[in-house]
Amino acid sequence: MIDFEPSDEQRLIVETVRQFAASEVRPRARECAEARKLPDDVLARAHELGLVANALPSATGGGGERSAITSALIAEELAWGDLAIAIAILSPSLVALPVADFGTPEQQRAWLPRYTADRFVPGALALVEPSFHFDAFRPATTARPDADGFVLDGEKCFVPWLPGDDGVLVIAAEQGAAQAFWVPRDAAGLEVAPERNMGLDALPTVELRLRGVRVPASARLGGARGADVASLVNRGRVALAAAAVGVARAAFELARDYAKQRQAFGAPIATKQAIAFKLAEMAIEIDGARLLAWEAADRLDRGLPALREAAIAQHQAQRIALDVADGAVQVFGGHGYIRDYLPEMHLRNARGFACFEALSLV
Amino acid sequence: MALEQMRPISRRYDVHEHEAPREWIDYFWRHGRSGAAGIEYGGDSDGMVQICVQAEQLCWGDAALYLRMPTPALGGSAVAAAGTPEQKARFLAGFRGDGPPVWGAMAITEANAGSDAAAIQTTARLDGDEWVLNGTKIFCTSGESASQAEGGFVVVWATLDKSAGRGGIKSFVVPARTPGMKLIGLEKKLGIRASDTATLVFEECRIPKENLLGRAEVKKQDPQKAGDKGFKGAMATFDASRPIVAAMAVGVGSASLEFTIEELARQGVAIRYDAPRVERTAIERDVIEMEAELQSARLLTWRAAWMMNKGRPNSLEASMAKAKAGLSVTRITQKAVELLGPPGYSQKLLVEKWMRDAKINDIYEGTQQINQLIVARRILDYSSSVLR
Repeated sequence: MIDFEPSDEQRLIVETVRQFAASEVRPRARECAEARKLPDDVLARAHELGLVANALPSATGGGGERSAITSALIAEELAWGDLAIAIAILSPSLVALPVADFGTPEQQRAWLPRYTADRFVPGALALVEPSFHFDAFRPATTARPDADGFVLDGEKCFVPWLPGDDGVLVIAAEQGAAQAFWVPRDAAGLEVAPERNMGLDALPTVELRLRGVRVPASARLGGARGADVASLVNRGRVALAAAAVGVARAAFELARDYAKQRQAFGAPIATKQAIAFKLAEMAIEIDGARLLAWEAADRLDRGLPALREAAIAQHQAQRIALDVADGAVQVFGGHGYIRDYLPEMHLRNARGFACFEALSLV
Repeated sequence: MALEQMRPISRRYDVHEHEAPREWIDYFWRHGRSGAAGIEYGGDSDGMVQICVQAEQLCWGDAALYLRMPTPALGGSAVAAAGTPEQKARFLAGFRGDGPPVWGAMAITEANAGSDAAAIQTTARLDGDEWVLNGTKIFCTSGESASQAEGGFVVVWATLDKSAGRGGIKSFVVPARTPGMKLIGLEKKLGIRASDTATLVFEECRIPKENLLGRAEVKKQDPQKAGDKGFKGAMATFDASRPIVAAMAVGVGSASLEFTIEELARQGVAIRYDAPRVERTAIERDVIEMEAELQSARLLTWRAAWMMNKGRPNSLEASMAKAKAGLSVTRITQKAVELLGPPGYSQKLLVEKWMRDAKINDIYEGTQQINQLIVARRILDYSSSVLR
């Protein structure tokens, strides 16, 4: 009736990704953040692991092993390595999974094979809007049907914009209902402005301005049937909850290890209850948030409604990620504030979860 | 059972604090033993998740009446954790028969020994074929029922040698009505008032030699690694009891939160999980926060229980669940009183009672702080002498 253990296969995947995150991702995190550039070689090697391709339908060259829980496990491990690099590695899923879920057979045949080919191809989903009133389920960006397609107007932000891609999946309201549209990067009326955010330094993201952007009818994901964008929002929330747990775990482990090594008044600071209890609280909250993310993912896998569970997991995970990252900076003291150490980066990244949506999907 | 048998009498036994809830005790003894809570008898850990789910549901009904159920309770857990098969059969027999209701209890706490169980002053000495106990125990849950009703028993922690510290501490089964065991008082409490919390005095209280749980040998050097079932066995009881207490807390929390959400809905306030951040009302934010905290506590609890089912060490996870559930449910029930306003504070509703009932979960079976300490030692890999 209840299980708290990944399957053997999932454990193997976690072990592989954990090793990859430790040996390939984490060591590059600081350097990439400072250079504001992704490590292409790491993205290429991550692609060889087939983390995204494995979840895609076998008919189009994928592994046919779709599981929100597996994706959540992967997201946590990669985000433990580095959030910016994790989002980049998983970015193909931003297009591939919606197409797998809602694409017409023609769209699947046309769009999916590139994500299972030898070369890493990133993906981009434009959901968040640069507005105080942004509503993930009811975007202000509009798609107006016209003679031979749609006309898109609106603004988007936090759109991953990796080199090597040629388009972006834009979420827009068509007669009040959110739908997804494929917009080429060179579409007329599409303005692209690079962003600089508080965190995610290594990840190139952009603000998009769509002014009368015309796309053909075939650009509408799912054709006449369309796509269930609410489900994408929920899947995004679960993915980000899992990633937030990964960030929190990374910050916690740094704080724990530092506290055991840092001496004050003749003993490691971890032997003081003020520090030890803070660490205990972090550990408890991280485990609790992880279980919430798993529960929401499990509901997605079983096809059950997950709006509430995803919202709760997102709420809790983003809150604890911030608390834990802040706690890690505090445990490190002055060193936590210095960019030679990682806690300050985790704090900046963790704050973002409050406004990210669909930067990753399960 | 929670809805039909517990809720209707919930307020009555909160108000009439030291009156035994006869109708509930009799109902449970007749219908509850083999059914809902039947698996607690025998005390093995096979059905820990199920025990926790049931504890949650019954405490959704009423946490104090749950504690008042005629069961081996913590005394049973102690016997199960450290007793021989013969002892299990002997002490738990009364709970299976057709006789009148029976209770088990555990007497650890003393006026000067709470979380620091190794500091207990109650003594045991061997005199011929009998152990002789002397000392005073306080805060003994079900201590009145277990010491007075024939067939029940109280598991008493006592030291064989004060100079040996925790190595000298053993647990002893004192059958109900043993001469020398006296009930001298019942506490008046903030909440869980239907549960009897007793002070028991032991004066030259004699029990058979076979009523010691574990071995009599006192290990002075390293009692934790000695493999002795005495102190270690007694502490192992907590690995089983903490998830149950966490589940009890979650039950009270869910009663409170569920009622709050229903009442808000009745007043036209629905919780929108898909509302954008800026449109979320303060109440929606509070409720979502409460739901996240409660579910987080519930899942940590089930995980600790599930690990026990699998036969895995779960001390860390049990303490995590207990610390999380105790604190979050304390806060949830306090928030519920606030959200419901004056009616929430009034005794016309049970919301104020649930807040009072909830608080004990952050104190007994290890306070918030002692559980944090246990978690901290585990995650830091520190012994109790390094992280004190």
